Amino acid sequence: MQALVIAAHGSHLNPDASDPTYAHADTIRETGAFDEVREAFWKEEPHFREVIRTLESDEVFVVPLFISEGYFTEEVIPRELRLEDWDPDKWESDGTSASQATLEAEDVGKTIHYCGPVGTHDAMTDVIVQRAETATEDPDVGEGFGLSVVGHGTDRNENSAKAIEYHSDRIAERDRFDEVKALFMDEEPEVDDVTDYFESEDIVVVPLFIADGYHTQEDIPEDMGLTEDYRLGWDVPAEVDGHRVWYTGAVGTEDLMADVVLERAADAGADIGDAREAVRELAASVADPEPSAGAGAGD
Amino acid sequence: MTVATDDLETLLDHASSGIAFDGLHVDESDDGYRLETPANEWTGLDEDELRRALDAAGEYATNWRYWQERIGGEGTARRAFLRWCERAPLADAETDEATTGPWSESGEGDADAGDAPLAVPERYDALRDGIDREWGQLSITARFVDVDDPDGERVYDLWHVDDADSDIADLEVYDDPRDARDLATYDDDGRYRPLKTAPTLPAGWAFTGLSGADLVETVEFFYPATVANWHRELQGTLDVDHWLETAERQTGIYDVIDELPREAVEWMAEACCADSQCLRRREWQYEEGDELDADGGDGPFPCREPCSLVVAAARKCTTLESETEHTYELELTTSELNQLEELIDAVADGRIDEIREADVYDGANRYRARYLRAKRFDDDGSLEATRVDE
Repeated sequence: MQALVIAAHGSHLNPDASDPTYAHADTIRETGAFDEVREAFWKEEPHFREVIRTLESDEVFVVPLFISEGYFTEEVIPRELRLEDWDPDKWESDGTSASQATLEAEDVGKTIHYCGPVGTHDAMTDVIVQRAETATEDPDVGEGFGLSVVGHGTDRNENSAKAIEYHSDRIAERDRFDEVKALFMDEEPEVDDVTDYFESEDIVVVPLFIADGYHTQEDIPEDMGLTEDYRLGWDVPAEVDGHRVWYTGAVGTEDLMADVVLERAADAGADIGDAREAVRELAASVADPEPSAGAGAGD
Repeated sequence: MTVATDDLETLLDHASSGIAFDGLHVDESDDGYRLETPANEWTGLDEDELRRALDAAGEYATNWRYWQERIGGEGTARRAFLRWCERAPLADAETDEATTGPWSESGEGDADAGDAPLAVPERYDALRDGIDREWGQLSITARFVDVDDPDGERVYDLWHVDDADSDIADLEVYDDPRDARDLATYDDDGRYRPLKTAPTLPAGWAFTGLSGADLVETVEFFYPATVANWHRELQGTLDVDHWLETAERQTGIYDVIDELPREAVEWMAEACCADSQCLRRREWQYEEGDELDADGGDGPFPCREPCSLVVAAARKCTTLESETEHTYELELTTSELNQLEELIDAVADGRIDEIREADVYDGANRYRARYLRAKRFDDDGSLEATRVDE
């Protein structure tokens, strides 16, 4: 038997924080690739601390639903899961290349394949591009468009910016968009001045965040000048300084994220059969334009 | 009761290697098969005779099939929980004393203390009507799918204990375990419930006809990890992480909480870990051998470690406790001082909504509170108090 645990932050204050975790877990449940699929959280239940004991499988694949390699993925999660012999060096990562480490959880004696976070997996690049397609409701979006990947950025964790830059570079190499730029909330270059960084009239802004919340639904739309007050919502696209800014919030809510979770587990040796194809088909079908897509937070 | 042909075939497949389960014994020797139940014993049977004897012991045969073939998972928490649901002896392997297994006497704090386990015939009678159990605020019924001619197949119904007397037609009916996540997200006042074991689960819903696996999954969505920790407690293997251990493990913004004075840990446990706030029973102490005086509560589920809410609260408490005390002077009448106490009590007990608008005799009445504010607050909205120890 093999189990999948999706490890996410969650929130004591905001019930929406765990929505993407549940959504992606449900998508993977539907594929039947794992005997057990479980959500686990730092701030909600089941807590990281107790999740492994709720599983009957001896082989457990843990995929952190986090953007960067850093404090949570290298310190908090392995510690709380009681992963014996964990050391960040086991990932041999430069900040964006973590794959997996096989360890034992000391309270249950099970084999834990501890994977790198979804945010730094190569497949995440596709999710960002798909987000641009969803935001513009155009599967061929690219020509005439600039794309900005936006991250939190912080002086406390250099890896935080690395993940954003990594995917920006990968998208730029594809020559699909006229311009690609990594921008940040808390460090230079800042997302406040988004239009200064692009010549293209149309700019798609994709925040590399797991869940929608304060930053993606309040801070960033106001900072970019999409709206005076987030509670009033904003247009997609919104007119800002002669540009059209296409913004729909956290990339982590994109359906294709379930595929990244599966890839992480597969890279660590999970037998997932044709689950990836099933998820990609599902994501493609829901990526079709919907009338409500692109609505702002005021809805 | 007739035993279905495939039930018999499965049983016969296992008979040669011996069956000892829930009072049913089947084995094979040179003298032929031996079949034994608490009421009867047949020896020296050939295969046809064994089939006929098994028909006579049909309840034992279908019971064996349900547990060994349908549920499986020997030794797992899932299986133990489902057996608890129908008051089966939990230590099912102890077949010689099938009705008096080591876990038959519910320990203190178990969800349904005092219910003796039932042997197969009594259980089969009870499963026709349905066997009810309570798991926190959940009411669980185990029953036969086919009441008139039970083939051993059980299903499970689940609703809020407050809905025990409700007509099912008045409840919202679900059959997907995942729906439990949404039902457990908000309380009756629409407030988010980050603590799943808070005693604030709203009523008005029902899950009906769940399989055993789906029942356990549903319960896990309502009360995560309670089944696993209950099972560990039963087995005497519950691992408890005490306060200091958990506090010293924290990093980042929670790194400070191990500095919380012991006295304040008492206050925090009294504030957070009471039956009125959580259905878990606090098993963790200050540290091994150093028990907290605060009552751990009588909740049905063991709490093996300070939860993330307690850890978050502890961070705030640590900041508060790091401040120096001062002496302040402020003018209050005796009634106003009493009123401050009533206000704090009302907020701490979550009683504000119960105070009637016109009940000006209650110090926590809104008009009384507004009167106190109008009278005693200065233009900055603060109490007019002067620090006198400078």
